[in-house]
Amino acid sequence: MTKRTFMASLVATTVLATAPALAQDCPVKVGVLHSLSGTMAISETTLKDTVLMLVEQQNAKGGLLGCPIEAVVVDPASDWPLFAEKARELLTVNEVDVIFGSWTSVSRKSALPVLEELNGLMFYPVQYEGEESSRNVFYTGAAPNQQAIPAVDYFLEELGVESFALLGTDYVYPRTTNNILDAYLKSKGVAAEDIFVNYTPFGHSDWATIVADVVALGAGGKKVGVISTINGDANIGFYKELAAAGVSADDIPVVAFSVGEEELSGLDTTELVGHLAAWNYFQSADTEINAAFVKAWKAYAGENRVTNDPMEAHYIGFNMWVNAVTQAGTTDVDAVREAMWGQKFPNLTGGTAVMLPNHHLTKPVLIGEIRADGQFDIISQTEEVPGDAWTDYLPESAPLTSDWKDLGCGMYNTETKTCVQMTSNY
Amino acid sequence: MSTPEIAPRRRFLAENPSVLWFLGCLALFTLGVTVLSEGFGLALISTSMVKILGMTLCLCLIAVAMDVVWGYCGILSLGHFAFFGLGGYAIGMWLMYARTQGIVVESLSATPIPPTDIEIEKAIASQIFGVVGSNELPWLWGFAHSLTLQLMMVVLVPGLLALVFGWLAFRSRVTGVYLSILTQAMTLALSLYLFQNDTGLRGNNGLSGLQNIPGLDHVPQSALSLWFFWASALALGLGYLVFAWLVSGKFGSVIRAIRDNEARVRFLGYDVESYKLMIFTLTAVVSAIAGALYYPQAGIINPAEIAPIASIYLAVWVAIGGRGRLYGAVIGAAVVSLASSWFTGGGAPNINLGFYTINWTDWWLVLLGLGFVAVTLFFPRGIGGLFDMIVRKP
Amino acid sequence: MRSIPSLARLAATVLALGILSVLRPVVALAQDGLQPILQEYQAEIAKPSRSTVEKVLSGLMAADRPGTAEFLLRWQDRGVYARPTDGLFFYAEEIGDALRLIDIDSGAAVAEVSSREVSQIRPNSGVRAVIAAALVPFELNAPDPARREAALDAIARSGDASQIDPLSQSIETETDPALKQRKERLLTLLTAQFASALPYRLAAIEGLAGDTSIEARSVLNQLTARVPGVGTALPTGANIANVLEVGTDISEVEAYDRLVSANLAPPRQSATDRRDVLAQHIVDGAVGGVPLHLLNTDAARARAYEALEAAGTVPPRAAEDEVARAVAAHVFYEVYTEPNPEVTAAAEDALSATSHTLGLYQTLDLVLDGLSLASIFFLAAIGLAITFGVMGVINMAHGEFIMMGAYTGYVVQLFVPDYTVSLIIALPLAFVVTFGAGVAMERLVIRHLYTRPLETLLATFGISIALQQLAKNIFGTQARPLTAPDWLSGALTLNDIVSISNIRVAIFVLALIFLALLLFILKRTRLGLEVRAVTQNPGMAASMGIDPDRINMLTFGLGSGIAGIAGVAIGLYAQVTSEMGANYIVQSFMTVVVGGVGNVWGTLAGASLIGFLQKGIEWFNPSNTLAAQTYMILFIILFIQFRPKGIVALKGRAAGD
Repeated sequence: MTKRTFMASLVATTVLATAPALAQDCPVKVGVLHSLSGTMAISETTLKDTVLMLVEQQNAKGGLLGCPIEAVVVDPASDWPLFAEKARELLTVNEVDVIFGSWTSVSRKSALPVLEELNGLMFYPVQYEGEESSRNVFYTGAAPNQQAIPAVDYFLEELGVESFALLGTDYVYPRTTNNILDAYLKSKGVAAEDIFVNYTPFGHSDWATIVADVVALGAGGKKVGVISTINGDANIGFYKELAAAGVSADDIPVVAFSVGEEELSGLDTTELVGHLAAWNYFQSADTEINAAFVKAWKAYAGENRVTNDPMEAHYIGFNMWVNAVTQAGTTDVDAVREAMWGQKFPNLTGGTAVMLPNHHLTKPVLIGEIRADGQFDIISQTEEVPGDAWTDYLPESAPLTSDWKDLGCGMYNTETKTCVQMTSNY
Repeated sequence: MSTPEIAPRRRFLAENPSVLWFLGCLALFTLGVTVLSEGFGLALISTSMVKILGMTLCLCLIAVAMDVVWGYCGILSLGHFAFFGLGGYAIGMWLMYARTQGIVVESLSATPIPPTDIEIEKAIASQIFGVVGSNELPWLWGFAHSLTLQLMMVVLVPGLLALVFGWLAFRSRVTGVYLSILTQAMTLALSLYLFQNDTGLRGNNGLSGLQNIPGLDHVPQSALSLWFFWASALALGLGYLVFAWLVSGKFGSVIRAIRDNEARVRFLGYDVESYKLMIFTLTAVVSAIAGALYYPQAGIINPAEIAPIASIYLAVWVAIGGRGRLYGAVIGAAVVSLASSWFTGGGAPNINLGFYTINWTDWWLVLLGLGFVAVTLFFPRGIGGLFDMIVRKP
Repeated sequence: MRSIPSLARLAATVLALGILSVLRPVVALAQDGLQPILQEYQAEIAKPSRSTVEKVLSGLMAADRPGTAEFLLRWQDRGVYARPTDGLFFYAEEIGDALRLIDIDSGAAVAEVSSREVSQIRPNSGVRAVIAAALVPFELNAPDPARREAALDAIARSGDASQIDPLSQSIETETDPALKQRKERLLTLLTAQFASALPYRLAAIEGLAGDTSIEARSVLNQLTARVPGVGTALPTGANIANVLEVGTDISEVEAYDRLVSANLAPPRQSATDRRDVLAQHIVDGAVGGVPLHLLNTDAARARAYEALEAAGTVPPRAAEDEVARAVAAHVFYEVYTEPNPEVTAAAEDALSATSHTLGLYQTLDLVLDGLSLASIFFLAAIGLAITFGVMGVINMAHGEFIMMGAYTGYVVQLFVPDYTVSLIIALPLAFVVTFGAGVAMERLVIRHLYTRPLETLLATFGISIALQQLAKNIFGTQARPLTAPDWLSGALTLNDIVSISNIRVAIFVLALIFLALLLFILKRTRLGLEVRAVTQNPGMAASMGIDPDRINMLTFGLGSGIAGIAGVAIGLYAQVTSEMGANYIVQSFMTVVVGGVGNVWGTLAGASLIGFLQKGIEWFNPSNTLAAQTYMILFIILFIQFRPKGIVALKGRAAGD
């Protein structure tokens, strides 16, 4: 407990034994912008601990540029305007060199204007809806083409699903993802009447009717599959209702984009065995480096803690940043950004992540089946897929592309050959 | 020289020295912050702090409005933050539209053929709503191109909502806790409505990037933050003056009488419902103005801001500050919101009890909740009450 | 017909091979063993995919090596491992962290390796379904009923024509009556779908008339599936479902879009296309004589395009009436994918016989859902009906009592692993815990505020946020599992349409019990009499020898205790988090207010109104639950305006104004 609370303290400083001073201002400061209270604390506290662990590990290796790394932790308290306020505070008052932070899209969009105004640098670790590429953000989570599209392909090709229920929580990530999927499914010849869409509020608990609606789709004579972008707590009621209705994964498979090891720890998974989740990382990935990572995490945070996809994203992001700073010889944002392009770092699941000039990573797409112990059996793993900031499946964004290296623009219209804007779309 | 027109005003200020005191303090505070600020002075107060202080002034303004409607008129409205949010949305729509228009016009100017108005509008819509998967400008945004119209919306939309809601509720003689629950239901309905993506205000994402004022790209945020700080201070000063004047005269006596015994006032021949409606609507409009000043400083507005709990917190500030005295509301709002950000922002040192470390991020809300119970039980007159005791003792 | 050895023969061969393998060296692969065949399909077996599994299966079946069926079963159950070094396949058993590899043909242990040296082959459920379908002929007569049932499930999931014969042959020898019935039903479904003999098929289809099960409707809907078509005339020989009337069945725009997608008409020129065309013909800062800077209106662009047209530099645009002419020149229709009109007609008849009952059942299901939601609202609000309704205390911390009850259930499950026993302990314990909390709160806080109801609201709100944060500090922000016992999982099912989960039934029953209990306490016991006396006139009650302090304390405790039990029930069907109470508090107050304060029946009426209303609105717009909630609250606001005292309004002195 004392250890945990100490780590949760707002300014956790890890000072290393004296290191030779370079031109660099010591110590190197890393800002952590994750909610430690409020509704999102459930997911974000873990990421704060992850960054602190990575900082500790790096300091044990001798710090960065001969300086110790100091983590500056602030609490935006799941209050979106506070993300802007705290980002400004981190960049101007604490003068951090980089920020690791945000979970929800709205929190990222809140911090974006500040990052762009003050030329900060942020690593965003969560899968998101795409349609954005900021000069000042590196997206280490999955873009839709690295999670949603491969999962739908899996449904179409491997499971032979013909009728789709897209269930989501009513906010931007499910909305945009479902819009992309709707367009994608139609391009694959799925008729409009075979796509059922439903949106529910955050924390929704009354799932009986919706589950019944999904089951009733089976009467159409086509194999039904559910694509779930249901977020957070609401999943628990949903899966409980699914289990009560006796929906087996063989009859109606459910693939979830927001359900990972952390979320499953809130319910009994025996009835859910076989349902699916699509991520770029599962704790059950059987590789040497992942075993080491899981071990380090359990030693750091507690034996019963699990690892998940956004944690891997921070792991890759942090290490890439460290390498980029070393390569650039400075923490100056513009220099680091240039050094980031093309950075390579091994994924925990095997293969290599490469930072693309559109500020997204190449990542393998994994599909896992839920096991009775709350972990996932990886049943499909693709080659690394390059992240696409602007989806090809929506007419408005199809002509857009992002290339900060050669085009110097995050929202470049390839038809008119112009840069739509230098700031991003918030 | 005293003419009849200014005579009552002089008497009002003479009878209410606290108003002058308050305005003096506010002016001094504004001057102090300006001198110490990054934008125009010694750079001892960071821009983010100036923004926090400016936002706090807006919260003080809505607290004053809340004090009038609750502390003076006895209507415990749990819906004033909805009006605050609506004001923010109204100004936010213009801010977003105009900023996006600038971006779009600039990017389209590079095309060989100049764009038509329809093309510009479509491009704006897909820029704003691309995030939520739409590319059409909803009808709600019909006035968003014009600052003047949208400023009118800041006043009209919340004003009209308050008028209609108040008219219905007061006409049906819904009073006391029922009215509180009803206003809370209204707030909940509004926030659920705004949460929907289909309603045309970008759902859960809300409106963002509001700190970038269109046409003022060249002005640094350190200066902009001060401008808004001054505007907030001015609004608070004016609002305070207007409300203080309103509650000090005969009108004030009537609404206080309504608070204390509604039936008796009605039997005396006063049209109680009209008085209540007037106060309810007026405070709603002031709340909306406070919101319109607040959100450009906060940078983003979304439905979570309007959630019912925000309005309850508002009542909490007023109660802690002390109801029935306007400076009490200001003190309550300022103290609680600044203390909140101090405690959750890591300003307060952790307390090590040996066996357990009290981390204020985790324990601040427990302290606030219990502190609030204590204030209700032991200091029903709030911090303002303590102030009164000190001032009147000698 | 594929040549498929009977299971008995297979078993015999496996046995024989087992004996033989003792005599032979393990590594030497016999040419007639399974492994060489498997190696032919190494990649497809090691990385199974639905697109390649058919090829593997037909290859294995054709080779007909011994042990094929067992291999398929094990492959399906993820019991096959591949060694990357040489690509060989093995069965394996776990010994601690290591794996013991077993040779597929000989059944002998070959080596012990770590899990990283071999890769477990994990066919996905699509592949498993194909394998299971291939195994159907073997498994239909398996001795174990569970395996026969699995085979039947495989038929139900992916039926095809080849299964008809083995299925009908297996019916006679089937001993289990339930399985026999299931087999007969599946045979009917398969016959309706695939049989080659028309009379059998029509009879089977007729047999499905009025059948509301999803299986039956799924078959019928497949038979009547249609695809849209367009042409200059109706095609001959096709099984036409209906001809679409442009203007009524299909809009002109839609019709033209179909023509375009069928390459029967040129696409319309969009504004963007026209702009692009114009942009290609810029000459000296003008297009068609119109200067560039003027091209920012549609009219100017049209002029420029016409100029280009006139000059012959661009193809003429489609005239306005061309769309109408093109549409009129074509016929739009829908055609059945099933070529035989007799079959489709029979299937349509069978389906229409279902539609009436189907509607009835759907309504029934909706009513059940509404009832269930109403009982949840009632359960959440009933404690409030006492504290707020009867005593007039606004308790904003009511939601947190619900949360405390749910966490009590979670904590009990930590110590008592048996879910039934833990539930039996948790329910009274939750009552005791929240009763205690309620009494403490009443004594310490609320007692001092009886004359100031609005301040009770604020004080209890303070308690509410403190309790919520305390719960976060103690239990963390993560949702906690509260699992229902087995007899409460699952659902009560009337048929494929009407079903309701057991936990919801339990909540409904619990709500009824509470209703009866409360009515009994308030109307028939001394306590109830005293409660009513104290709430109506404390002074008078006190002078009659009733201790108002004690009564208030007990009443408040009772209301809080009931909230605790409700918390356990709500936690069982949804999530247990520190914020779960906050989700119910506004709704609960509305339930009580809408129903009418001071009356348990009123709360019941309020909960029913809200529950059914929400389900009703959801039914109109099933894709947006949030909108349903919004409109429900708006309705309530309006309702209270017009009936401020609620549905069941108290009259006279009890109204307490």
